[in-house]
Amino acid sequence: MMDTLMNISSTLFLLTGSFLCISGGVGILRFPDFYTRMHAVGVTDTSATAMILIGLMLQNPDGLVVIKLIIILLMTLFISPTASHALARAAIHNNHKPVLDKT
Amino acid sequence: MKDLLAVVMLAGIYGLLSASFFVTMDAVDVAFTEASVGAGISTLLMLVTITMTGRSEHPTRHKPVLALAVVVITGGLLIYGTLDMPHFGYAEAPVHTHVAPHYINDSMQEIGIPNIVTSVLASYRGFDTFGEVVVIFTAGMGILALLSMVRRREDSASSDSLNDSMHEQYLVLRIVTKILIPFILLFALYVQFHGDYGPGGGFQAGVIFAAAIILYAMLFGMSTARRVINQSYIRFFAAIGVLLYGCVGVVSLLNGKNFLDYSALSADPVAGQHLGILLIELGVGFTVASVMVIIFFNFEGRREKLQSQENKNNENNNKGNKKT
Repeated sequence: MMDTLMNISSTLFLLTGSFLCISGGVGILRFPDFYTRMHAVGVTDTSATAMILIGLMLQNPDGLVVIKLIIILLMTLFISPTASHALARAAIHNNHKPVLDKT
Repeated sequence: MKDLLAVVMLAGIYGLLSASFFVTMDAVDVAFTEASVGAGISTLLMLVTITMTGRSEHPTRHKPVLALAVVVITGGLLIYGTLDMPHFGYAEAPVHTHVAPHYINDSMQEIGIPNIVTSVLASYRGFDTFGEVVVIFTAGMGILALLSMVRRREDSASSDSLNDSMHEQYLVLRIVTKILIPFILLFALYVQFHGDYGPGGGFQAGVIFAAAIILYAMLFGMSTARRVINQSYIRFFAAIGVLLYGCVGVVSLLNGKNFLDYSALSADPVAGQHLGILLIELGVGFTVASVMVIIFFNFEGRREKLQSQENKNNENNNKGNKKT
């Protein structure tokens, strides 16, 4: 019973993560300008990585693997938004103007 | 492709992808090296070079068709050459029948460490690794000989205030980096000393250690980093690493065994092997980390010099314009 519950929740997390990954990929292709694209990738990438890592933790809930995955998760949560921030700053620094709605 | 930044990024992505396929082929040590060296530090050094040379390629005068033809012919010949090789994973290939069974069966008794890759790299093939370390050391010395320059006192004082004002905008990056750098250094030490038991070793650890220092130098300005990292100590450490490696070899030579035969280091051969591998990995780590830092600092110093020259030229031009 516990095992099936773990499996189902793990699968749900993994699926959500994969969906977020794909939506980020679609976003980078479909969005009009640099900032929205970066937003799409930055947000989905961080959350997708978190989802996938949590899903993997649930696959093997005891043992050293969980601690390693938690460390990776913390690292990603620190690095990924910072990287997006640095990208946005660099874009503003180089006078990239966002495309605004013409209404 | 004319945009060099894109080319460098593609090279980094290629490095990461090859690291992934090394992982799928169960060569985690190689994958680790490829990820840290190929995707990590070499991309970084190429980016630093781009800041000096400019971002786009000059229009070429020669026709690229000839070069393409040479590349295609060479590649075709190389692929033709691989046709004679045994198939991938073929059990009776010479590589699997020659020394590999010996390493797999006997390395636990002879060397006594679980990671066979480290046994092969540091002990059975210690001489090759020594050569690699000397190559890295030579690269560092070459960079020093070509780019090194004596910095004057007043230069650093003026660039100090400039750097501080310039880097105020990197507040978020600086804070996050401050949090992360200790962990990066700790991870480098883990990779260094855990290389006997898992994937890792001196090369990867040295590169990760250097990456932390380079990250610091990029975000806090070169003058701050120069105050933290003493340049003459770094050069000293680059030499110490190679010397440590060589000395371990010479000690085993003096004890009546072959060069780099660590069984001579202790009464118990296995304990001697452990000690020897630990020492030479430390030497590799020292040299790799210091040489990477030397390369980065000298590239950056060169760029600063070029920029200050440019500024001076501009000032002179302005003065000349005002007079006329």
